[in-house]
Amino acid sequence: MAVCIAVIAKENYPLYIRSTPMENELKFHYMVHTSLDVVDEKISAMGKALVDQRELYLGLLYPTEDYKVYGYVTNSKVKFVMVVDSSNTALRDNEIRSMFRKLHNSYTDVMCNPFYNPGDPIQSRAFDSMVTSMMIQVC
Amino acid sequence: MEGLTLSDAEQKYYSDLFSYCDIESTKKVVVNGRVLELFRAAQLPNDVVLQIMELCGATRLGYFGRSQFYIALKLVAVAQSGFPLRVESINTVKDLPLPRFVASKNEQESRHAASYSSDSENQGSYSGVIPPPPGRGQVKKGSISHDTVQPRASADQQEPASPVVSPQQSPPTSPHTWRKHNRHSSGGNSERPLGGPGPFWSPFGEAQSGSSAGDAVWSGHSPPPPQENWVSFADTPPTSTLLTMHPASVQDQTTVRTVASATTANEIRRQSSSYDDPWKITDEQRQYYINQFKTIQPDLNGFIPGSAAKEFFTKSKLPILELSHIWELSDFDKDGALTLDEFCAAFHLVVARKNGYDLPEKLPESLMPKLIDLEDAADVGDQPGEVGYSGSPAEAPPSKSPSMPSLNQTWPELNQSSEQWETFSERSSSSQTLTQFDSNIAPADPDTAIVHPVPIRMTPSKIHMQEMELKRTGSDHTNPTSPLLVKPSDLSEENKINTAVKFASGNTVDGYSSSDSFTSDPEQIGSNVTRQRSHSGTSPDNTAPPPPPPRPQPSHSRSSSLDMNRTFTVTTGQQQAGVVAHPPAVPPRPQPSQAPGPVVHRPVDADGLVTHTSTSPQQIPEQPNFADFSQFEVFAASSVNEEQDDEAEKHAEVLPVEKASDPASSLRVAKTDSKTEEKTAASAPANVSKGTTPLAPPPKPVRRRLKSEDELRPDVDEHTQKTGVLAAVLASQPSIPRSVGKDKKAIQASIRRNKETNTVLARLNSELQQQLKDVLEERISLEVQLEQLRPFSHL
Repeated sequence: MAVCIAVIAKENYPLYIRSTPMENELKFHYMVHTSLDVVDEKISAMGKALVDQRELYLGLLYPTEDYKVYGYVTNSKVKFVMVVDSSNTALRDNEIRSMFRKLHNSYTDVMCNPFYNPGDPIQSRAFDSMVTSMMIQVC
Repeated sequence: MEGLTLSDAEQKYYSDLFSYCDIESTKKVVVNGRVLELFRAAQLPNDVVLQIMELCGATRLGYFGRSQFYIALKLVAVAQSGFPLRVESINTVKDLPLPRFVASKNEQESRHAASYSSDSENQGSYSGVIPPPPGRGQVKKGSISHDTVQPRASADQQEPASPVVSPQQSPPTSPHTWRKHNRHSSGGNSERPLGGPGPFWSPFGEAQSGSSAGDAVWSGHSPPPPQENWVSFADTPPTSTLLTMHPASVQDQTTVRTVASATTANEIRRQSSSYDDPWKITDEQRQYYINQFKTIQPDLNGFIPGSAAKEFFTKSKLPILELSHIWELSDFDKDGALTLDEFCAAFHLVVARKNGYDLPEKLPESLMPKLIDLEDAADVGDQPGEVGYSGSPAEAPPSKSPSMPSLNQTWPELNQSSEQWETFSERSSSSQTLTQFDSNIAPADPDTAIVHPVPIRMTPSKIHMQEMELKRTGSDHTNPTSPLLVKPSDLSEENKINTAVKFASGNTVDGYSSSDSFTSDPEQIGSNVTRQRSHSGTSPDNTAPPPPPPRPQPSHSRSSSLDMNRTFTVTTGQQQAGVVAHPPAVPPRPQPSQAPGPVVHRPVDADGLVTHTSTSPQQIPEQPNFADFSQFEVFAASSVNEEQDDEAEKHAEVLPVEKASDPASSLRVAKTDSKTEEKTAASAPANVSKGTTPLAPPPKPVRRRLKSEDELRPDVDEHTQKTGVLAAVLASQPSIPRSVGKDKKAIQASIRRNKETNTVLARLNSELQQQLKDVLEERISLEVQLEQLRPFSHL
């Protein structure tokens, strides 16, 4: 039920970004970009504590009128950003968490592929299909 | 069905015809209508046609597979040549002219042209299947012209020659280059380089007649289409049937293979609906794959690590993206390594891709890692629908799913077909463990977080635990450390102390009896001030509920308090601890005139009895004792400056007295500030020295009294003073048991308090003993000095 899903590398460049085509994607790309600041802020907030302490799921990064942006960061500082439609009130926090979990698992599978060089854009079809399944739910 | 030996021209022709009849692009089954039309075009009598159909097995099967079609065509040729129709005749009759069909020449030409223009990559059109290299195409034109002599009924029939030619020529360029590379690398297939291309060729040779022979045959042709032949392995069973049944020479094999490969290429390339067939791995192929696997990993049950597999498959010159996709498909358990089955599937996909077949989105069933995979190629006359499921049903029951608890949610998404999970049972253990491991690696799943049996305090700690638990595990309901659990005994002593310290400091008002918290905290605080800090930084488990009051501590009776003191090894070396501990024996008795509250409290501490209940509320009012202590501090400050050394020692002396007199208050003091206790100790002697400070708590006057007594004694007699203090304490102790309580709570509370005081006293005792040692040493040094000063006496 996400409207846009993005995978950002550690160096804050996108590895994968996909939006539902109905909207102009530039808007979502911009939202994802601005949300990175919030992500970094949340990460640094827990800076002193050990990484284990840090919750991977960052929660709602910031809400806008139409959309809500959720964040998730892995231990390797790879960030997942998800933009969901605010009208989707049925989306509970647990659901968002599970979606991030699925994202993370799929991302791990992509990384396990020896043909994938970390830092390359993600072109895995399996990953694409998984993301599509998450986004199609909106409809 | 006997093996069918076809010449090159025949192969091309037949494949062409087959594709013509294969209007549905199934690549496996030709439309009966078309076939019949074709046969009619052969201008054979109907009965002959029927006989042909019967012989080729189509009537038996009900449809025309490739092999059936070829056999039928051969029989047509036989019949047209006038030979009797017999199954053997298809092989025995040599130099049969190609079956003649009444077909329009134009169609053939157009087909021919189309075939020439087809993409050499054979991306999907039949014509693309056998793209004739320009050079070869011309050569074949001759044969084409020959073929065109035979009019064909089918309008769409492609030029037989050209398509027929193509199998002989290099198929898709990539495999072509690969092949060349292969041929360079493996002349006689004797070597099995890890390079992908090379080995591809060998299986063909080996499978049938020997690698060198096969290779030689292939090298005889212009780049022979081993890939296509390879593909043919995945072809319909008829193809394999042809191959297996054909014992003959390499030539035959190659011809058959080429034919089969051509048709197979068509079939596979078209991604026919019967998906399984093209992807099935034949025996030869599998054997070849296994051999290749061995070159990388001798243990057939072992894994090929991702990097090695990457190297291996990179040699196939496929684009990395496609290799990545192949990997995704074949690495079934997503463990980053390939098992034998996975490797075979990947290899097979690479072969298919090299031949121009599009990679599937999902792993075909026939390529799924299965237990039984060698049986797949054994099907004879088996048709697409059956092939795919030949192996799977035979597999073990779905035992895989249960063994992957936390991954179940992700597996259905990762697996291309969930119903194939059964196939995984064999390797379930290894793959599951791996995947489980992987999944565990994925920190995304909080459910995999280690569950700590964290004891939870019923009260404020519980709230804290709930917060920590929820924060950590999200909605993990399985976490046994839910706040509902209370396991106070699980925590280590230190944790208990930590939590006690933490919570005591954090919560001044507890749900449980405050007396317990208060009594427990000070003694722990005194020794664990620093722990508080570390505790907050630790995980929720460590910060688990503050331990209950030192119940677990070995209970001891008052009478044995002194014994406990001796046995206790707590050594803080600080007066703080000493201050914290105080004998339960409460001097306040001697001074009932003092505030009854504190007095009562003290006896409770000492006795923990009836007055306990009353003491609990009194403990709070006793808080003001802190203020009194501050008064002591004020007094002590002055005195401390004067006689710090003495007071230090006196503190030790006084401490027991003090403690005895004011256990609760001293504890509280310790709770808030250990230093305060020092000060109290310091102040005590100060007060004693001054003997004026009117301490609210009765014990203090008692202390003063004792202190005054102590002060009267010289430092040298500190030992005796201490002993006297101890004696006083002991003396006071017997009085304690008096108020043996009537209320259970009072008793229990008092017991707890007593235990706490015992620990405090133990520490104090240890401190005192250290001080005693120091004093003794000083004494010895003084005596030595004294003797030195009196040399004459010694002399």
